Amino acid sequence: MLAQLLIRFLVGGLFVSAFSALGIIFKPKSFAGLFGAAPSVALATLALTVGTRGPLYAATEARSMLGGAAAFFVYAWCAMFLLHRYKPPTTVVTSALLFLWLAVALSLWFLFLRPGA
Amino acid sequence: MRARVDLSALADTTWKEYALRFLLGGAITVATGLIARKFGPAVGGLFLAFPAIFPATATLIATREKDEKRRAGLDGKFRGRDAAAIEARGTATGTLGLLAFALIVVGELRSSAIRPEVHQSWIEGHLLPNHQPWLVLVAAAAAWFLVAVLFWRLRIALQRNSS
Repeated sequence: MLAQLLIRFLVGGLFVSAFSALGIIFKPKSFAGLFGAAPSVALATLALTVGTRGPLYAATEARSMLGGAAAFFVYAWCAMFLLHRYKPPTTVVTSALLFLWLAVALSLWFLFLRPGA
Repeated sequence: MRARVDLSALADTTWKEYALRFLLGGAITVATGLIARKFGPAVGGLFLAFPAIFPATATLIATREKDEKRRAGLDGKFRGRDAAAIEARGTATGTLGLLAFALIVVGELRSSAIRPEVHQSWIEGHLLPNHQPWLVLVAAAAAWFLVAVLFWRLRIALQRNSS
C-alpha cells in the first residue's frame, strides 16, 4: 500500500513537472497557459490504474474526468475574468476559486455522471 | 502571433519552483488515488482534471512580472495580475483539449474492456483498433495538444478580425 502510494507520488510528480517545464519554455504567455490544463495528473493516474485495476475501471474514471474538465474550464475562465477586471491578489483568487471548481464538478457529477443518473 | 520556444526560461526558474510543482503534482496524484479508493472511480475521476498546480503557477507568474517591473522602477502589482489573467485565458483554452483527452480515453478503453468486436457508440473503438491502453493514452495526449492549439489559434484569429 505504502509502496503504491510512493510510486503514485513519484509518477505524478514527474508528469506534472514535465508538462510544467513545457509551459515554462513556450512563449507567448497565452500559449504557455495551455499547459496549465495539461493532462498530467490524468496520464499518471490512468497509466497506473490501467495496470492495477484494468481498463474498465480507468474508463469509469475518465468518464468522470469530463465533469472535472468542464469545471476546470469554468474555474480558469472565472480566474481570467476576475484577474483582468478587478485585479485581486492572484493567490487569493486562484485558491478561492478551487471551491467553485469543486462545486461545479460535483454538480455535474450528480446531474450527469453518477451511476444511475 | 506565433508560438515559440525559449529554453533560457528554464534557467530562470529556481529549483524551489520546480520542487513545488513536483510536490503538488505528486500530492494530487496520490489524493486522486485515495479518493477513488474511498468513494469509487466515478468520484475519483473528477479529480483527474483538478487545477492542482494552477494557483502556484499563476502566483509565480504574477510575482515574477511584478518583480521585473519593480526592478525597472515601476509598480508592477497590476501588471503581474494581468500576466496571470493571460495565463488563465490560455489554461481555459487548454481545458477544451482536456475534454477531448477524456472522450478518447473513455471511448477506447471501454471498448477494449467490454467486447473488442462490438462498439457501443460512435467514438468507441473507431480510432485505435488494437486498444493497447498505452497507445490510447498517447493518442489522447496528442488529441489534447492538437485541440488546445487549434482553439488557441482560432481565438487569435478571431481577436485579429475583431480589432
